[in-house]
Amino acid sequence: MGCIACAALALDGAGVTLTRKESSSIPVEADSICPDRFVGLGPTEIAALPVFYGRRKVELGDLFDVEGVGADNVTVSGDLRAVKKIGQGMSMGRVAVTGDVGPHLGAYMSGGEIVVHGDAGDWVGAHMSGGRIVVQGNAGHFPGAAYSGEPHGVRGGTIIVGGDAGREVGGRMRRGLIVVLGDTGDFAGAGMLAGSIFVGGRLGGRPGAGMKRGTIVAFGEAPELLPTFRYACSYRPVFLRCYLQSLEASGLLDGRVLPDGEFRRYVGDMNSGGGGEVLVRDQSQ
Amino acid sequence: MHINGVQIEDTFAEAFGMWGSRLIVTGDDLGWARTAAEAATGFATSIIGCGCEAGTNDLAPDEQAPDGRPGMAALVFTTSRKNMEAQLLQRVGQAVMTSATSACYDGLVAEERVKVGGKLRYFGDGFQRSKLLDGRRLWRVPVMDGEFVVEESFSVVQGVGGGNFFMMAHSLTAALAAARAAVAAMRMVRGAIMPFPGGVVRSGSKISSRYKGQTVSSNTPYCPTLRGQEDSALKEGENAVLEIVVDGLSEAAVAEAMRVGIVAACLPGVTRISAGNYGGSLGKFRFALRELVST
Repeated sequence: MGCIACAALALDGAGVTLTRKESSSIPVEADSICPDRFVGLGPTEIAALPVFYGRRKVELGDLFDVEGVGADNVTVSGDLRAVKKIGQGMSMGRVAVTGDVGPHLGAYMSGGEIVVHGDAGDWVGAHMSGGRIVVQGNAGHFPGAAYSGEPHGVRGGTIIVGGDAGREVGGRMRRGLIVVLGDTGDFAGAGMLAGSIFVGGRLGGRPGAGMKRGTIVAFGEAPELLPTFRYACSYRPVFLRCYLQSLEASGLLDGRVLPDGEFRRYVGDMNSGGGGEVLVRDQSQ
Repeated sequence: MHINGVQIEDTFAEAFGMWGSRLIVTGDDLGWARTAAEAATGFATSIIGCGCEAGTNDLAPDEQAPDGRPGMAALVFTTSRKNMEAQLLQRVGQAVMTSATSACYDGLVAEERVKVGGKLRYFGDGFQRSKLLDGRRLWRVPVMDGEFVVEESFSVVQGVGGGNFFMMAHSLTAALAAARAAVAAMRMVRGAIMPFPGGVVRSGSKISSRYKGQTVSSNTPYCPTLRGQEDSALKEGENAVLEIVVDGLSEAAVAEAMRVGIVAACLPGVTRISAGNYGGSLGKFRFALRELVST
């Protein structure tokens, strides 16, 4: 049941369906769209949960048609581009989002799974500590990063982005795995404390700036690294094969492959102790 | 009861509870994986003198090592959980980590665990790094060919040690042929190992001695050269005896290994198949030979 397609199939079954009634660019703070909040509630009670529509506090049912019961499977569809914080703080269940979704998706989540059949806004999985987020399309800036002023971001779990992601992927992340199959913006892994970031496409500029520990892997094109990174060696990291094996077995990459092989290892950021690493796949293979 | 004219004696093998672990040892190719696994399971024939009993298994055809590389399973059996930790630390540290290109992963899923990588990591002198993947912590220890990847802890399960059977034959040649055939068949049973050299032991023992301080001694009733000097358990025409000892991660694995081994050993020149026991008074497990081969 790990692959995106399987997850979608599972979500076709019993569960709660939320359909946005009309399009609007007014931001909706919908942290109440969360399986944990739906436990034991029927459609009427779910529709009465509070959301912020702009600065007005309204009920979920004012903005969404609510059908079905069952907190384990939640399906959200319609124009969600301005809908923030879906799945925030969730610890269980599955949320399927059809279409593009707004920022802060799955922020602070600790368990369960969110699958987005579209693009996601900024701050996907910010501060998450467990569970899994799969964005089939692109993600905005700061996926898995720490909010301003916070010492660390993601503390666990997995974020998979099928397309591209913006800047500061995994900024100050502490643990966990972020995979971006496409390109990333600048400063991926900036201030990273630990954890892993895999980039299938082009890795943006200044990756790992200020990182203390942790791993950034560039499977595709990589920029010239900051001068505070030092070349160590060219080798075949066995631990990386464990990740690739696990990702492939889970079906999370949806049939796409992150290639194994020879990687150049750079250690840094020397300004922050030099305990981190950037692995750049040798493109001549 | 006879199989291919070989008598299956109406007796049983007596076996004991042991703690078992299963390591998956990988390498750049199967040759290096085998080298590391065999080194880790070397000098581990008998718990009496080696501290543990150990052997290797091929991975199942549908089993993939965590890193996807060629691998072997190394099974280790000890008398206590504490001994297991000590043995694994020594064997993984001295035999697997030192082997070129190797990595070592837990090959079981159990609540009971012993810390191995979590202690070996200090070899990295502060440069070791860990990765938490699917709830398993992997340590990356820097070594001269790259990194040694080893799992933080390994599962320990209650297994069975000391399953056995004897093959009596007209000649050493026939006994060897039977032993080879039996071991080849038994090696196909995953979760069981034959810890003695080549899977076979010639120096079976009895638990008594005429010498003070010597707890075990040669199994004299089965030594053909002593016929006439000692009470012999051998029949007329029996000139060689070989034994196969089996340890397993489960009673079923030991039973299956014994079953296929006994059947395979019934070759021309073999007269009898028997087994060692202490009258059933010491071991928790009994494997009746005739019941085994009837299933």
